[in-house]
Amino acid sequence: MRGLGISSISRTETGERVGFVCEDVSHRFEGTSGEVTALDGVSFRARPGEFVCIVGPSGCGKTTLLRIIAGLLEPSAGRIRFDGLPDGEHPRNGLVFQEHGVFPWMTVLDNVAFGLEMRGVARDERRERAAVFIEKVGLTAFADSYPRELSVGMRQRVGIARAFVADVPLLLMDEPLGSLDAQTKLVLQEELLRIWRDDQKLVVYVTHDIEEAVHLADRVLVMTGRPGTVRERIPIPFERPRDLSPGQPDVTRIAHHIWGLLEDEVRRGLSIPG
Amino acid sequence: MPPGGELSSGARRANAAWLPVAVVLGFVGGWELLARVGLLPNALFSSPAEVLRTLWASFRSGEMEVNLAATLARMIPGLLLGGIPGLLLGLAMGWSSSFRRAVDPLLMAVHPIPKIAILPLLMIFLGIGEASRIAVASVAAFFPMLINTMAGVQQIEPVYFEVAENYGASRLRLFTRVVLPGSLPMALSGLRLAANITLLVTIAAEIVMANQGLGSLVWLAWETFRVRLLYATLIVVSVLGFSISMSLRWLQRRVAPWVQEPSSVR
Repeated sequence: MRGLGISSISRTETGERVGFVCEDVSHRFEGTSGEVTALDGVSFRARPGEFVCIVGPSGCGKTTLLRIIAGLLEPSAGRIRFDGLPDGEHPRNGLVFQEHGVFPWMTVLDNVAFGLEMRGVARDERRERAAVFIEKVGLTAFADSYPRELSVGMRQRVGIARAFVADVPLLLMDEPLGSLDAQTKLVLQEELLRIWRDDQKLVVYVTHDIEEAVHLADRVLVMTGRPGTVRERIPIPFERPRDLSPGQPDVTRIAHHIWGLLEDEVRRGLSIPG
Repeated sequence: MPPGGELSSGARRANAAWLPVAVVLGFVGGWELLARVGLLPNALFSSPAEVLRTLWASFRSGEMEVNLAATLARMIPGLLLGGIPGLLLGLAMGWSSSFRRAVDPLLMAVHPIPKIAILPLLMIFLGIGEASRIAVASVAAFFPMLINTMAGVQQIEPVYFEVAENYGASRLRLFTRVVLPGSLPMALSGLRLAANITLLVTIAAEIVMANQGLGSLVWLAWETFRVRLLYATLIVVSVLGFSISMSLRWLQRRVAPWVQEPSSVR
């Protein structure tokens, strides 16, 4: 059968804070040309209420790692241990998928309200709560539209609103703002930070945009690929609320350092001599 | 889309709607003209006007109605009796790969048999009455419904299952909110296909053996060499097929409004 859960999702209460330890997680799968090691001994701790960004070149296993944290994928070795939960259990979480993931057969409103629907929230209440977040992502005029009528960026905003409205203690975001224009991106980054701060959620945010990671995160995990490992853990010391506008010297300095860690590998990936 | 673009594409659509009508009128008009001036042998190519008169008369006498009703009374039960099991089995086979592996070989071995060829066998089992004709129609409806529904479930992107699971969907919710709507567009194409094939097989069965029905009327018209009645009956069959297609497309727009209009008509 398809779509069978490999792990149980615990019924965490609204407002609960979660943290977890990622212990020596490795993942291998059968590719078309033999076994591929997607992750190799990834370890880190994510504290309750923290904003963790993961940056790395494409193919470094970032998405695989998120799916393992979400409980959608069982790692080949190692484990994720959530504070206060029995082994193998994952808290309720909202995974924002890179693209797609928005149901074509539901209107924007029904898509955004999906998490509440699955929790058995009454129709009127979930529509009301969904409408609030639809407005925040600027899609009120499209609430009754189907996704095919929206642009890729708008669909991504639907996915983000769905994760926010579900009110889960753990948000897992896979390049959620990747195909948005710079202005919309800035607005949604601010909104994300506001929700994160107000509700004390733990956010794990995957991006390939180094500056975005430095802007948003308490801590940036720099990953290198094939096999995916954590190269460096970089605390970001800036005061909050932060100024997210581009070109700030401190941000640029840290971003430059991270780029230095990744440059070789990116060049190797593109087969351009350094 | 900019307003200008919408306008011009609207104008194109209006244009495109007139073109087929013009082609039909040109075809019928040309036929009528050629028949009247005697360029077409009247015994084989009755003029459209004469055919229409015959058609009208056959409806007034009740002959056409009785036969049309007889065909529908086989086709519709056949479609339901074959289509519903096809739908259910298709959903099950699409969702469960182990179930699919178990029953697929048997079904795929039966599928290539032209369904009308099963009629004699069905007549041995069910007698020469209505039951065997309805049965052959349902066998015809079963396979397109099954295959399209199964493919409909299989082509649902795995990410939708993951999203549902991620938000804690129960198996029932997974079925009602992902499997069912996700496969619905293809199940509806299956239904359109099933309806067409069921009509075809019903008429074929009536030609082989029936006292009433559009197929038997076609055969009667041939045996008594009533060429106009032959044409008139074929027109009724064609209009019936067309109406079924159009109503199923209307149904699709109602129950699956998120689907873009299919580009192919069939």
